[in-house]
Amino acid sequence: MATAMESIAKTALGESSVTASRDPARSFQDMILTLHDFWSAQGCVILQPYDMRMGAGTFHTATTLRALGPQPWNAAFVQPCRRPTDGRYGENPNRLQHYYQYQVILKPSPSDIQELYLKSLNAIGIDPLAHDIRFVEDDWESPTLGAWGLGWEVWCDGMEVTQFTYFQQMGGFDCKPVAGELTYGLERLAMYIQGVDNVYDLAFNTAGVSYGDVFLENERQMSKWNFEVADTAALFDLFAKAEAECRNALSAGVPIAAYEQAVEASHVFNLLQARGVISVQERASYMGRVRDLARSSCESYAAKMTPEWEAKYPGWSLV
Amino acid sequence: MADFLLELRCEEIPARMQPKAKEDLARLFADALAKAGLAAGLIETFATPRRLALIAKDLPLATTAVSEETKGPKVGAPPQALEGFLRKVGLNAEQLTERDGVYFAVVEKPGRDTAEVLAETIPAIIRAFPWPKSMRWGAASITTESLRWVRPLSGIIALLDDAVVLCGIDGIVSGRTTEGHRFHHSGPVDIANAGAYIETLRAAHVIVHFSERCKLIREGAAKAAAEAGLTLVADEGLVIENAGLTEWPVPLLGRFDEAFLNVPPEVIQLTARVNQKYFVCEDSAGKLANAFVCTANIDAIDPAVVVDGNRKVLAARLSDARFFWEQDQKKTLAEHAKGLERITFHEKLGTVADKVERVAKLARWLCEEGIVAGNPDLAEHAARLCKADLVTEMVGEFPELQGLMGGYYAAKEGLPQEVAEAIRDHYKPVGQGDDVPTAPVTVAVSLADKLDTLMCFFAIDEKPTGSKDPFALRRAALSVIRLVLENGLRFSVDSTLETMTDVISMGRRDDEGQACRDDLDALLLNEIASGSAGLHWFILDRLKVQQRDAGIRHDLVDAVIAKDDDLVRLLARVHALQAFVTTEDGTNLLAGYKRAANILKKEGWDAQSRLPGLDPGSRSLSGDDEEAGSRLGGRDDVVVQLSYTPEPAEAALIDALAAAAPRAADAVGEERFADAMAALATLRAPIDRFFEEVIVNDADANKRAARLALLARFRNAVHRVADFSRIEG
Repeated sequence: MATAMESIAKTALGESSVTASRDPARSFQDMILTLHDFWSAQGCVILQPYDMRMGAGTFHTATTLRALGPQPWNAAFVQPCRRPTDGRYGENPNRLQHYYQYQVILKPSPSDIQELYLKSLNAIGIDPLAHDIRFVEDDWESPTLGAWGLGWEVWCDGMEVTQFTYFQQMGGFDCKPVAGELTYGLERLAMYIQGVDNVYDLAFNTAGVSYGDVFLENERQMSKWNFEVADTAALFDLFAKAEAECRNALSAGVPIAAYEQAVEASHVFNLLQARGVISVQERASYMGRVRDLARSSCESYAAKMTPEWEAKYPGWSLV
Repeated sequence: MADFLLELRCEEIPARMQPKAKEDLARLFADALAKAGLAAGLIETFATPRRLALIAKDLPLATTAVSEETKGPKVGAPPQALEGFLRKVGLNAEQLTERDGVYFAVVEKPGRDTAEVLAETIPAIIRAFPWPKSMRWGAASITTESLRWVRPLSGIIALLDDAVVLCGIDGIVSGRTTEGHRFHHSGPVDIANAGAYIETLRAAHVIVHFSERCKLIREGAAKAAAEAGLTLVADEGLVIENAGLTEWPVPLLGRFDEAFLNVPPEVIQLTARVNQKYFVCEDSAGKLANAFVCTANIDAIDPAVVVDGNRKVLAARLSDARFFWEQDQKKTLAEHAKGLERITFHEKLGTVADKVERVAKLARWLCEEGIVAGNPDLAEHAARLCKADLVTEMVGEFPELQGLMGGYYAAKEGLPQEVAEAIRDHYKPVGQGDDVPTAPVTVAVSLADKLDTLMCFFAIDEKPTGSKDPFALRRAALSVIRLVLENGLRFSVDSTLETMTDVISMGRRDDEGQACRDDLDALLLNEIASGSAGLHWFILDRLKVQQRDAGIRHDLVDAVIAKDDDLVRLLARVHALQAFVTTEDGTNLLAGYKRAANILKKEGWDAQSRLPGLDPGSRSLSGDDEEAGSRLGGRDDVVVQLSYTPEPAEAALIDALAAAAPRAADAVGEERFADAMAALATLRAPIDRFFEEVIVNDADANKRAARLALLARFRNAVHRVADFSRIEG
């Protein structure tokens, strides 16, 4: 125990002395830390990942639920994303069933949000006169969350590196005010910056640890589990239980807990998809059920919070 | 006179919206000017990803003064009316003028400064702008009332000559300052006046003319290809799209690994175009080359870096594609087709494998019946494999390659060319501009596929309603029509649909040709049978819409549609009819017909009416019975015995009918519709004369009955060519 504490203390001490020499061009983790530094300096809350399996950073309550209501909210965090059907047993240089997104949520969207974003790219080593940066139309819609927004996919020399969205609706409610959401594809960006063609060759840090060292075996085993092993009867059961628990939480007036169950149901559904046991028409019905859970949770959350929001922001109303 | 510049600067406008936005801006601006009584000499519009702009030349500095006259109540009208009018115009009674016993209010409107008009116009245009999708943003979006724009609006330039037209909207105030290129030119750019706009921005690395950027891309890309000894595959859609993505376009050529060329060229081109917006190139032999042209938005420090980045992205995409291409060929199409059993076509219509089974039977039957002159075995073979590529990896990734990939895999497998082509093209024609297949085997499969879709969705009552057509049935019907018309396929839609129901329900055969259990739900089959009637009308209805677009009057289609559902013949008849009814003879004959029909209707002369005193079993003198007519070979050769001497005009009509009716009927029978119309034309003078000289409603019941019968025969002779009661006018 004492040694562990010592090493933590050492790291903490060491970190402050190496901050200036972060090397986002040669280290995946330095790239993340650089983004943390950047967005922290912009007044963002730097959060840790949500401790649940989810398909996208947007599912994080810091994005979905905080996009509701009038209160300002600025946050940045890494979110591991699980996409069971994208698993390739560690054999594809680009596709992973588990990867990282870097999410920034700025509410209300600042008028210089594009400039801020471009500065953050600069911070991690992308010079916009050396690389062709483009904002290409890409509207976002998540029927599951009752949400949509307008924005772009940001291209760097033809590669999509970020999703940039102005949320217009969330949980079926108009966003008042609108939040700007930035979602960086961290592995892609790092591969680009490090000049690496295979994700597993990425340098995770500058001490010789590669992305493959960290994740290759996980990809192999998790791909096998996602596609071949996971007990489908248990998954169907889990789905039903998450659905029931979501309703239970809703009726008890704890919508955040309900929302977690919706996220759980969504991921279990993705696993069932990967196992190939959901037919086309069942698919629509399952998606409808997940959508109901997520929307009900958002609605219930908004309804629960509205008195507080209205009190703090006179004149504001949910609808 | 002054020149006006308006620039609306915002975050990146989607490329696809820019051309229309230019038009909308010009229109809204011109309309607003016209409303204010102003007109510009010339309006020019500009669009880049970050700005929408307009220059209006030679605007007057003020609107002209006008005096507006408003008509009021009559002199002596109740005082309330006068008071109301005075309130409305804002005058008092002494200020009204009186003319012809009516009060008029004349309000003098002085001219207004153009700048003042513009200051009102600009916010109004912004608020009214018809973006296909618009959004709210920023702190102001705390209410839903906040300004909407395609992406956040960040600045307005409004300059009348050298002066700022001051206006504001949602906290954005007009000025003369804009921004140059996002990366090449940081800091504000001031515009002196409209005349300086284009060149000032060019100096700031922005080419504001959309068409100039298009030209730079079109020519630059072609030049880059030429310098590499290649020819650019021209793609105007890509030119426009890239022009909408750049303010300073720089086409750059890159190479990709030659090994990717094993993948079909369409796949490479599609990957490059759709995913990356790259052009592709051909070598001197016209074969796809291992080169692409991307369009950067910067003069990069080192263009090779940009090209290399793009090359990597394309390589990743192409290696996915090559992986799919190789993976898919590890199975035959027949093996892939087994996977269709897992794909639901529609929850009430079974799997895609079930659909394929039906299409295979229909395609074979269409050939066996001689409706399509294809080899039945090949048609069935192609039909059985036509959907197999849906379960291939490649089509999973690029759904738009459905059909095409099946064709490639079939050819690779060594299947007959007709089969490979039919698999490739059986979705055609997809849209209005798409080619219609002509190869018989392809036609059979394509037609079978579409008819099956239509029959099945009608059977489960999933018909299009209003704007909703989730299964694209209107398009399928239109494709059927085009296949039939452009290939001259001859069959009755109604009876064929009926027979097809039986064809579908025929027992399945397995690989060895053994009869096996028919999986098709019996209930579905019954419903297909009952649905086919509605479908027949649906197809005819689509024909009407299609023909309307081609300039054929819908009432004329209606006039023959009940006669015939052989689409080729129906249309020939309609064309002849349209040519006829627009002639003087046609118009007059129609008038005569309508008069005859009205009289018959008034007299209650319906299809059941018979001449008094005739045996039920005897020949129908009225000729009203179409069946009787057709039993007689479609001829009105009934000898008319009159109990009185007909008047000359009556006799003339009888004679004319006797000559024209068989001529018309023969012509119709032989599909010489112009001749049938010509035969009808000979009735025009006699029927006109008959109505002028003969009284139908004679006191003599015999005469009256005989003349009504004559009119009925006239009507029926006309009817045998077309139902003139449907024709308008």
